[in-house]
Formats: sequence, C-alpha cells, structure tokens
Amino acid sequence: MSNHAIETKDLGRIYKIRGNKKEKRIRKELIALQDVNLTVERGELFGLLGPNGAGKTTLIKILTTLLAPTSGWARVASHDVIQHPSLVRPLINMVSGGESSGYGLLTVRENLWMFSQFYGMPSKEANQRIVDLLKMVGLEDRLHTKSSDLSTGLRQKMNIVRGFLTDPEVLFLDEPTLGLDVGAARDVRRLIRGWVDANKSRTLLLTTHYMVEAEELCDRVAIINKGRVLACDTPANLKRNLQRDAIFEIETSPLNGLTSQMLQDQPEVRKAALSDIEGGARLELILQEESALASVINILTQKEVKVRRLSKREPTLEDVFMDLVGQKMEDVEKEEAPHAD
Amino acid sequence: MQTDKALAFHASEKATGWRLFLKTIAARAYPRVIGQQREKSWIFFDIFLPMLAVSAYVFVYRAIGAPEEYVGFVVVGGAMTSFWMNVLWSMSSQLYWEKEQGNLALYIIAPNSMMAILLGMAVGGLFATALRAVAIILVGSLMFNVTYSVASFTQLLLVFLLAMTALYGMGMMSASLFLLLSREAWHISNLAQEPVYLVSGFYFPIKSFNFWLAAAASFIPLTLGLDAMRQLVFPSGALLGFLSVKVEIIVLIVLCVLFLTGARFLLDYMEKLAIREGRLTESRR
Repeated sequence: MSNHAIETKDLGRIYKIRGNKKEKRIRKELIALQDVNLTVERGELFGLLGPNGAGKTTLIKILTTLLAPTSGWARVASHDVIQHPSLVRPLINMVSGGESSGYGLLTVRENLWMFSQFYGMPSKEANQRIVDLLKMVGLEDRLHTKSSDLSTGLRQKMNIVRGFLTDPEVLFLDEPTLGLDVGAARDVRRLIRGWVDANKSRTLLLTTHYMVEAEELCDRVAIINKGRVLACDTPANLKRNLQRDAIFEIETSPLNGLTSQMLQDQPEVRKAALSDIEGGARLELILQEESALASVINILTQKEVKVRRLSKREPTLEDVFMDLVGQKMEDVEKEEAPHAD
Repeated sequence: MQTDKALAFHASEKATGWRLFLKTIAARAYPRVIGQQREKSWIFFDIFLPMLAVSAYVFVYRAIGAPEEYVGFVVVGGAMTSFWMNVLWSMSSQLYWEKEQGNLALYIIAPNSMMAILLGMAVGGLFATALRAVAIILVGSLMFNVTYSVASFTQLLLVFLLAMTALYGMGMMSASLFLLLSREAWHISNLAQEPVYLVSGFYFPIKSFNFWLAAAASFIPLTLGLDAMRQLVFPSGALLGFLSVKVEIIVLIVLCVLFLTGARFLLDYMEKLAIREGRLTESRR
C-alpha cells in the first residue's frame, strides 16, 4: 500500500456558469483548478494556503468525493475518488468553517450521535467518545444544549468534534477557524495539532487563508492561487528562499500618488505592496539588497512622503505569497471577490 | 482545554452493509421523531388549521343535504392531507434544504447509502405525521359525530401501509429529482400542493370524476389508499368507491414497487450527475 494519504495528478476542474438573464444560453467557463499535482504523506498536517476563490474548496470537494474533476485524477488513502468513492468514504471526514450542519432542535450529543451512526459506530462507544471529546474541547456542560443555542465558536468546536468522532484516516478541514474569535481559533488550532500528533497514521488537510494559521500548524504548505499550486514545501523552506532578501516594513504619511509599480521599477526592489492605514500608508518591500532601501527613500522624499516608522523583519508566508503572486493576499481577495471557491 | 488521551482513540469495528443501512435509517428518523416532541407548535398548525378546511366542507355537505358518510369522508381525507404535506415539504424538497444547511455534503461523504437517509426521513416523517393524522381523526370525529364500521381491520391496515409505502416511495423518488434543484424546489412544491388536494379526492370520493381522470389521479398513491380506506370504514363506502378494494390493493402494490425501485435508480443517477455538474453543494453553477 502506498504511503501517500492524498495524491493528485494534473487535477483540474472547470465550472460552466450560466450567464445573466440576457445571456442565459451562454455558458461561461470558470477554471477553478488547473494541473494540480500534490502528494500528502500519511501522518502529515498539510495546509492549502490561498486567498478566497483560489480553488481550495474545489480541491477539497474533489478529494471528499463531492465533485468530479474535469481532468486528471485524485486518490485518497490509495483509492481513486471517482472510480471508488465507496472505498474512500469510510476513511474520511470533513468539517467546514462556519457550517451549520445538523439540526438545531437536537442537542449537541444527539447531533453528534446521529452523524456517528452514519459511519456505523456502535452507539455506546459513540456516546462515550462524544462525552470524552466534548470534555476535551471544554463543551461538556453543553452536552444537552440544543445546537441552535450555541455561539459560532462553540458550534465550530462541536463540528470539529464531529470530524474527530469517527476516527477518520484522512480529515479535511475547510477554513476551520473562519469567523472565530482569537481565543476560539487558538483552541481549535491546538485541537487540530493534537489530533494529528496523537496518532501518526492520521492525515489532516486543511485550507486556510490565514498565513499565521498555516505557519503555526502545518508540516507542509501548498500555496494556491487562481486554481494553480504555485509552491509546496515546509513553511521554513518556503521562507528560506526569501532569506537572502531583505524585507522591510515602512509606515508613512499619505502616499501622494505613489504606486507600488513606481517602487518596483527601482533596481533591486523585487516586490512592493502598499496598503492604507489610519492617517497614512504601509509599504511592504522585498529587496534583493538592503542598499536598495536608499532608492526607495529617495522616491518617498521626492513625493514628499514622510517616513514614520521603518523596520526590517524576518520573512513570513505572507511575503512568500507576495513574492510568488506579486500582490498581498488581501489585495488578491479584493480583486477576485466573486470567484470560484 | 486539555488535549489528552481522548484524541488517541481508535474506533472499534464499525457496522457495514445492512447494519449500517439500518443504523442510518434510525439515526435520520430520530430528528423527525424528537423534533415533534420539542416543537409543540405543530398542534396548532397541523391540527387546528386543517380542521378549518375540514369544517368548511362538512358545513357545505350538511347544508346541501349530502349523505352523512360524506362528513366521515372529509374527516378521513383531512387526516390524510397531513401525509401529503409531509411528503411534499419534508421529503421531496428536503434535500434542497439539506444542501442549504450543509448536511447533504456530509450525508454524501459518509459511507452510508443515501437511500437509507431517504428511508430514515420517510420513517421519521411517517411516524410524526401519523400522530397528527390520528389527532385530526379524533378531533374531527368527536366534533362532527362520525361513526365508523370497519369491514376488515387487516385489509385496512394493509391498505394504509401500502399507501404510505407507495406515497413515501414517491416522495423519495421526487427527492432525488429535487437534488439538482435550487430555490425552484420551493415553487414546484407550492405548485403541486393544491392540484393534488383536488385530484386525490381528499374531501370527496373520486368516483365523482370520469374514469380516466380518476385513473390518472390514481398515480398518486393517496388517491387509491384513501378510496380503499373509505370503502373499508364506512358502510356505504363501497358504493362510492372508484375500484374494488382488492384491485386497489394490487395497484398500490405495483405503485410501491415502481416508486421504491424508481427512487433507488434515480437517486443513484442524480447523485452521479450532481457530482459531475458540481451541484451537490452549490445551488447554481
């Protein structure tokens, strides 16, 4: 048996979208995934990092047998997801961020029990396991609370417990901390890491557009944008490529028409991203040489932009993304708002 | 929060095959049965409101001097409308709501059969609706002094079970079709509600129709089920019946096989189609 928990080869998915009322007959094509080649080893916590609309959810849908690819193939736990979905399904589970699955009239215990039965778990064992897992996530006092009465954070903890409950070989988490407050997100992350570490035969694939989450949690990360995997490695290795470069963050007064292109046109400025902050702007620069900072400061001076704060920092995955895509992730999200995810 | 040995859990052997099938039915029926107990508003909406329609027909029949059995026909018909409503709103269009809630994806990725999910919905719905139907019959019979004279309890039970099996089979079959629909599911259900009230003869014997219209209406299992039940519980029912009870039982058996088999194949086909077209989780693509 292969040691790969997940394998994809030239995987692609094109959606055909109906036009608006006037163009109803015209079916536009939207490329959600293109030539995705990935291998995830058993025991790995693998992250798919990309902006909204990058194709992360489409990939998860294919891997969980919910969607057929239009090209290529995918295997989960050594089984082809399209040829043998019935062999894949007993071995997987999935939890999505912000999902409202289950029935609000049922209690937390009843909802979890119901889903456990769809996997054939013995009732007694399921009930014991529900209590144990709820204790672990600090939800034991909500065992008999109707799920409609739970807050978003508590509901997501319940959903995560649903994912763990059936002891899947491969667990898919789609934006598991979406919409959670800082504390709840931290709890969920700790739980996710703990689940993988507790048994090395388990594999977890999570999608996120939070850089910190990918960096903190994942053994390896694939950066995905516009349906293509741009890079795939450990967070440390991805950042290592940038360690030769100098990364600066500068806070300034308003930019007076200065654009990121003007900065990138300077020699040895590899990437520049601008964003508005209160009363001014923030510049993030990836420079091939520190000396290039002088030309940047020069331009700022010419445009009468005052430097308020300047700092040099270590590369992050955000910088890796910016280096690969040429834009910050939040800027891509703004541009691509209604896309394919 | 403590991460402890609970995470190192290994599930013991899980049920497969028929045991998984039965477990799934029981689990999916559970929310319907328990929901009935937790949300008491059904007592008003599902008993009081149907009683208004029943009362209107009773008063009309009494005003025009129709035979007293017609009052009983209306009460029994009023009770059976609950099953039609349940099939229409909680079976046929249910998968659309499940898709919107995010449950459908979880049903599909689980190793259970979707047929078991639909059967669970049907069993739970049938149980919950039977309580409503019994309540309507009790209240209606007491209010309007309806008397029953059952010719054969065995046949009555058989007709009821066959009618329900065929009706919920039809619901399962249409649920598969609704798998591909988005909000239009709501409109189609709305569109089907009233015409079926009319052609199924909920409030009058379908013998009043010409033969071919009554025969076409018999495709809806409640039509013949109701007709046969009326023949079996009212002394003059046989005179007003469309076909003999025996023939109606045979047709109901055929409908059971037709709808359950149809549901099985249609569900399989629609699931594959929905996966190919990406419509299991998206309302529109």
